Amino acid sequence: MAILINPDGTRHWRLLTPGQQRWRWAGWLALVALTVFCWRIMTADTIWAFVTDAPRQAQDIFGRMLPPRWIYINQLWQAIWDTINIATLGTLIAIVLATPLAFLAARNTTPSVLFIRPVALFIIVASRSINALIWGLLLVAVLGPGVLAGIIAIALRSIGFIGKLLYEAIEEIDETQVEAIRATGASQAQVMGYGIWPQILPAFATISVFRWDINIRESTVLGLVGAGGLGLALEGALNTLAWPQVSLILLIILVTVVISEWITAKVRKVII
Amino acid sequence: MNWPARRFCRAVFYDGAEPDVLTITNLEKRYKAGDRALKGVSMTLAPGDIVGLIGPSGAGKSTLIRCVNRLVDPTAGSIRLGDIDLTTLDGQALRKARRRIGMIFQEYALVERLTVMENVLSGRLGYVGFWQSWFRRFPEADIQRAFSLLERVGLIDHVDKRADALSGGQRQRVGIARALAQDPELLLIDEPTASLDPKTSRQVMRLILELCTERKLAAIVNIHDVALAQMFLPRIVGLRAGEIVYDGPASGLNAEVLTRIYGEEDWTKTSNSQSDDLDDGSLASPGASGLAAMPVPVAGT
Amino acid sequence: MTATTGPARIWKRPRLVEQTWLRWAIILAVLLYLGLAFGSIDVNWTRVSEGLVRAARLFSGFLQPDFTSRWGDIQQGLIESLTMTVCATVFGLVLALPIGLGAARNIAPLWLYGLCRAIIALARAFQEIIVAILFVAMFGFGTFAGFLTLSVSTIGFLSKLIADDIEEIDPAQVEAIRATGGGFWQVMDYAVASQVMPRFVGLTAYKVDINFRESSVIGIVGAGGIGATLNTALDRYEFDSAAAILLIIIGIVMLCEYASGWIRKAMA
Repeated sequence: MAILINPDGTRHWRLLTPGQQRWRWAGWLALVALTVFCWRIMTADTIWAFVTDAPRQAQDIFGRMLPPRWIYINQLWQAIWDTINIATLGTLIAIVLATPLAFLAARNTTPSVLFIRPVALFIIVASRSINALIWGLLLVAVLGPGVLAGIIAIALRSIGFIGKLLYEAIEEIDETQVEAIRATGASQAQVMGYGIWPQILPAFATISVFRWDINIRESTVLGLVGAGGLGLALEGALNTLAWPQVSLILLIILVTVVISEWITAKVRKVII
Repeated sequence: MNWPARRFCRAVFYDGAEPDVLTITNLEKRYKAGDRALKGVSMTLAPGDIVGLIGPSGAGKSTLIRCVNRLVDPTAGSIRLGDIDLTTLDGQALRKARRRIGMIFQEYALVERLTVMENVLSGRLGYVGFWQSWFRRFPEADIQRAFSLLERVGLIDHVDKRADALSGGQRQRVGIARALAQDPELLLIDEPTASLDPKTSRQVMRLILELCTERKLAAIVNIHDVALAQMFLPRIVGLRAGEIVYDGPASGLNAEVLTRIYGEEDWTKTSNSQSDDLDDGSLASPGASGLAAMPVPVAGT
Repeated sequence: MTATTGPARIWKRPRLVEQTWLRWAIILAVLLYLGLAFGSIDVNWTRVSEGLVRAARLFSGFLQPDFTSRWGDIQQGLIESLTMTVCATVFGLVLALPIGLGAARNIAPLWLYGLCRAIIALARAFQEIIVAILFVAMFGFGTFAGFLTLSVSTIGFLSKLIADDIEEIDPAQVEAIRATGGGFWQVMDYAVASQVMPRFVGLTAYKVDINFRESSVIGIVGAGGIGATLNTALDRYEFDSAAAILLIIIGIVMLCEYASGWIRKAMA
């Protein structure tokens, strides 16, 4: 309570009682202390000479990057094709696997709240916790470098993303529509088809396109760990310190991302 | 039309010796799209003048009162508050002028996530510095004033509730308390009852009128409900397409005048309803004491 | 009545694409693309079959993770990741606030809006990993480059979402506070901050979570953190240590997710 009543009966108001006030200040102080503490640990091994030298280094690098080696693009078409395939096929596989998973995870459609739902939720969380690049790292170690590792890495990361958003959409559907279909004597599959699916279709399409956009971004860098696409070319150019090629690849990545964003925006407009 | 009505209202309330609170002269507002929302509006408010501003949607009612506190910048004309010209102010001077003008909004416009007390105290923002308001350390006098206002509007038990936890009528009372916390000379009231049910609407209108008479406040009330306006407001200004087409006592609103304001329609029902409403038993309840004290100029005109 | 006398009326199910030829053309194009795309996957089956053995080892590593033999490295990597996360979130937040305010069209003048939106676009243009590569090249290997990378991504993320939020606030509350004579910063405090603060705190908590995940990745290119440890473990085919690191990452991410969910609920 922030109303204080003085001994003489007059009222006084403060947003926070003195006790709450002290806690709030203590909280801020703790946050600042934590930041300073972390900063000291983090920079313990930092070589400040490199940091102060950074502007010169930056100037040097950008000087070497410009102009980009435009001719080099003829060697990149295959990489661009691979990048798009990694994102698209990875997303498709993820959609196929994530859709049943989402139905198993949603409280209102799961066959068993006690056993199957927790398992489905765990798969979703595990898939989401690990970045596509780390999935790529694992898969390259297992399958060897190449496009296949990239596709599977993208698919594994996307399952959790699509699964989570989709099962949340399923849990939010209007139950009366489902009831109405069930009341007509429809089978379980028919209830799915007529009662549930039409309701989540827009969410499903939006989520898929959204994830495809993210996957295009991710697939451009997956090659850094050996999983094919533009990142592989970037890795090669970086290792040979071929900065004019690096800048061209960065430019292509940027263009790819912008185009995929544009496509996504168009498709979303059509859906909504 | 304008002048006799003004004299009439003054004659009823005051002796006419006090200077005008608000003088609007030839006010024009042209929006970027080119449409003229106000075409040379002139009106005057003496202390204690309470004006009901009626007119169809899009007539410029909202624009007019927002020009007065410069939430909307007028294109031409002048607005004088006491002895200063509001149209030329900006920055600090505009803030100083705004704090003399309280505003009550249609959808309450409370800061939903702040407590009732913080909302009322936000009426003092024009008087305190930034850091004082940031740490919510308002002067003791402001806090005591807020307490007594909340007592007056009947919300003293809700001081620490968040604004979004209140009902519509309660929120509008907080809005009224916030406007009065400014210690204004003039109240601008934008559709105070549009989001309220009929009973709460009357209670809120009555409260506003009581408070205005207690404090001799001038007020402009934008209102859609003609019957409600006739019931509570002594002076009516009718606005149509950015022009004043009527300025006179509420009793002068007959079918002909209403047609001039709103256009062709069967107005007989509305004209009748006025007397019905005044006979309404609910108005004679103890809560209506403020109204009884109001010299509603129905008879004798 | 008329149905019995007139010609039979036909009902066809509605289609997404009404013209039959266009529908088939689209289906054909998609099939063609899929064929080409799958055809261009070059799989080295002997390598894959070798890989299956490794996959089995990786899987058994998850069942018996080895936390002890590389614990020193893991600990060091974790501390780096966590400190980078905290510093970058705080630093990014401090810069994201003014940039976010400047990028909201309803409170900023046009020139400032353009400038701040440009900064946001720049900060979001490249993935963290590419930013990390550039920063490592400029600032040398280690946590400092990682810290800068995460700060840039925090600025891009938070200022964009703050700006979008501010553009969607209820203008009536702003008008009301302006009408009381409140100055610009008072309006910011009472009408704007009070509306966007809960979502803002939620987003920040969410960004802590993301930053930690990212910090486990940018180590791959030398920007410090647990990612570097993981990369080393995988290079050495120490799958049991790698599994231990992954389990720790999953654990901390889940913890962060629960914490940020709780904070968001508490702020609502």
